[in-house]
Amino acid sequence: MSATPLLELRGIDKSFGPVQVLRDVAFTAHPGEVTALVGDNGAGKSTLVKCISGIHPTDDGEFLFEGRPVSINSPRDAAALGIEVVYQDLALCDNLDIVQNMFLGREKRSGLVLDEPTMEQMAAETLAGLSVRTVKSLRQHVSSLSGGQRQTVAIAKAVLWNSKLVILDEPTAALGVAQTAQVLELVRRLADKGLAVVLISHNMNDVFAVSDRIAALYLGQMVAQVRTTDITHSQVVELITAGRSGNLGLVEAGAGSAGTATGSTDTTSGAVR
Amino acid sequence: MTTTAVKKEGPAPVAPAPTVGNHIRDYVSRVRGGDIGALPAVLGLVVLCTVFAVMRPSFLTAGNFANLFTQGAAVTLIAMGLVFVLLLGEIDLSAGFASGVCAAILANVATVLGYPWYVAVLAAIATGVVIGTTLGVLVAKIGIPSFVVTLAGFLAFQGIVLMLMDDGANISIRDQTLVAIANRNLPPVLGWSLAAAAVAGYAAVQLLRYRNRAARGLLTDPITVVAARIGALALILGVAVYILNLERSRNVLFTSLKGVPIVVPIIAILLVLWTFVLQRTSYGRHVYAVGGNSEAARRAGINVDRIRISVFVICSSMAAVGGIVAASRANSVDPNTGGSNVLLYAVGAAVIGGTSLFGGKGRVLDAVLGGAVVAVIDNGMGLMGYSSGVKYVVTGVVLLLAASVDALSRRRSAAAGTR
Repeated sequence: MSATPLLELRGIDKSFGPVQVLRDVAFTAHPGEVTALVGDNGAGKSTLVKCISGIHPTDDGEFLFEGRPVSINSPRDAAALGIEVVYQDLALCDNLDIVQNMFLGREKRSGLVLDEPTMEQMAAETLAGLSVRTVKSLRQHVSSLSGGQRQTVAIAKAVLWNSKLVILDEPTAALGVAQTAQVLELVRRLADKGLAVVLISHNMNDVFAVSDRIAALYLGQMVAQVRTTDITHSQVVELITAGRSGNLGLVEAGAGSAGTATGSTDTTSGAVR
Repeated sequence: MTTTAVKKEGPAPVAPAPTVGNHIRDYVSRVRGGDIGALPAVLGLVVLCTVFAVMRPSFLTAGNFANLFTQGAAVTLIAMGLVFVLLLGEIDLSAGFASGVCAAILANVATVLGYPWYVAVLAAIATGVVIGTTLGVLVAKIGIPSFVVTLAGFLAFQGIVLMLMDDGANISIRDQTLVAIANRNLPPVLGWSLAAAAVAGYAAVQLLRYRNRAARGLLTDPITVVAARIGALALILGVAVYILNLERSRNVLFTSLKGVPIVVPIIAILLVLWTFVLQRTSYGRHVYAVGGNSEAARRAGINVDRIRISVFVICSSMAAVGGIVAASRANSVDPNTGGSNVLLYAVGAAVIGGTSLFGGKGRVLDAVLGGAVVAVIDNGMGLMGYSSGVKYVVTGVVLLLAASVDALSRRRSAAAGTR
């Protein structure tokens, strides 16, 4: 696998007022790999993603992007680096069509006028590149699409800009079986195209189906980041619910392989979100 | 004729070939799915015109046809601005009296201070911009609901008109250019050339787009449909200009009265301008986006507050233009200019035309179609001798009908999964 991770976070701390949500979190995402970010509700997954995408500033810690230290202070900074987030609620405009949604806020223009043909072509190429065959017409309003198709449009929107890191927040949460399989296939294809993909999910089947690595958060601490092949289903569940499993996880049980917690095992005052 | 345009093996997803049949089927299924657009307004216009023409033959005369335009002009112009505000799901209740304030400024600058007409017009429009900015900032930055902000404006502007009018005395407009806007006509030849230019311009835009898309292997509308659209526009403009160029004077020896009223090209130019802004610029795209899902727009990096302020600026500026036309038509400005039914007629025009009160859906053309419906009702019922009381009730009922069509089509499209 590639030597330098695309994104490396070291020692990230984040508090909202008196509540410390992330403590000393380390996280890496590698190009060509799907990294699953798991954790219980309130473990800090969403906060971590919002820190990466520049919505929340971090209190402390280092960001390395392609080995270089960077600072991400706004969503624009993140987008400039090639980091795109697909949120759970997708953020699509129902009254606009697929092309219009994909280019929203970054429309191609020739002079003052929107360059619709170019946008339509680029959208078609992107969707074709992702082997998406399910949409009938690119000029369909998003309101007429199914949940899986909307997810597809949202993901295609994220990869349209030659992005390098795509973060997907629970992409399959609201989908049926067939559509989930479709979206997971798409997630896999993104990684196979060389992108780094971070997949947030509660669904262990999804996680084991597509991910190369699993990063587990427990009450704001990164308790383990390991290869999917080196861990079992039940170990991940233990990491999510108890923060440790065998020799993985919080230091109480000895040296963790990836999670080097702050040493304190007093986690009860930890994250609420 | 089934025109299968030059479709190269493009990456575009395979869609049914662009035949006329498919085009019509698409349209029908869109309408059935609740996306009815301007259909009710067009049907309503046809029905109303037929009824009035049968009941009162004088409705169909060239003179009355010209009257319709000048009567409906101010309301239509205000409605065009309101479309922008409605697209965001907001409302501007102060647009009527904002037009009154701007008209009062116009009259004061032109008549009382004696400046030339263009200074007065600029002053009026600048007043509109200031009003719109104030309303927009209050709504977007402070977060007061637009209903409340503009209701406050409705009251306050009414007072400002009174103060500008020296407590009730009306000011007459004597500048001939200003009076001409709503009272004079274009020479018949100019009317024909403008109509020809409009058709030629429309045809050029449509054909260029067709060629451009076909050359890139993108899906196009069938050329027959494109040609039909151009033909329809040519027909409508041709008939309208022909009728307006007929002699309307009762006594030709005394005075000749023919030609397209000057307000008509003014409305047409503003219609084209604002349609261009909404449909073909990224600003317009962002207006629709904010109206559809403001959170998505914000995440896409669109400055939602700026869009929100800008639509109020456009609305109040268009209200200023409407005020200028109203002042010109009345030859004077009085404390009731922009008052009474103007605002509700304007909101009604936009909604009757098919602009949704829920935001995200609407076109500037809706304001013109709806404005025509309102003008026809007002004019036709006047000809039939009904009191203004009855006219208000009927217009109110029509507005209610339009709003329920809007709400029902929304429900229908929710059920059809197209929204």
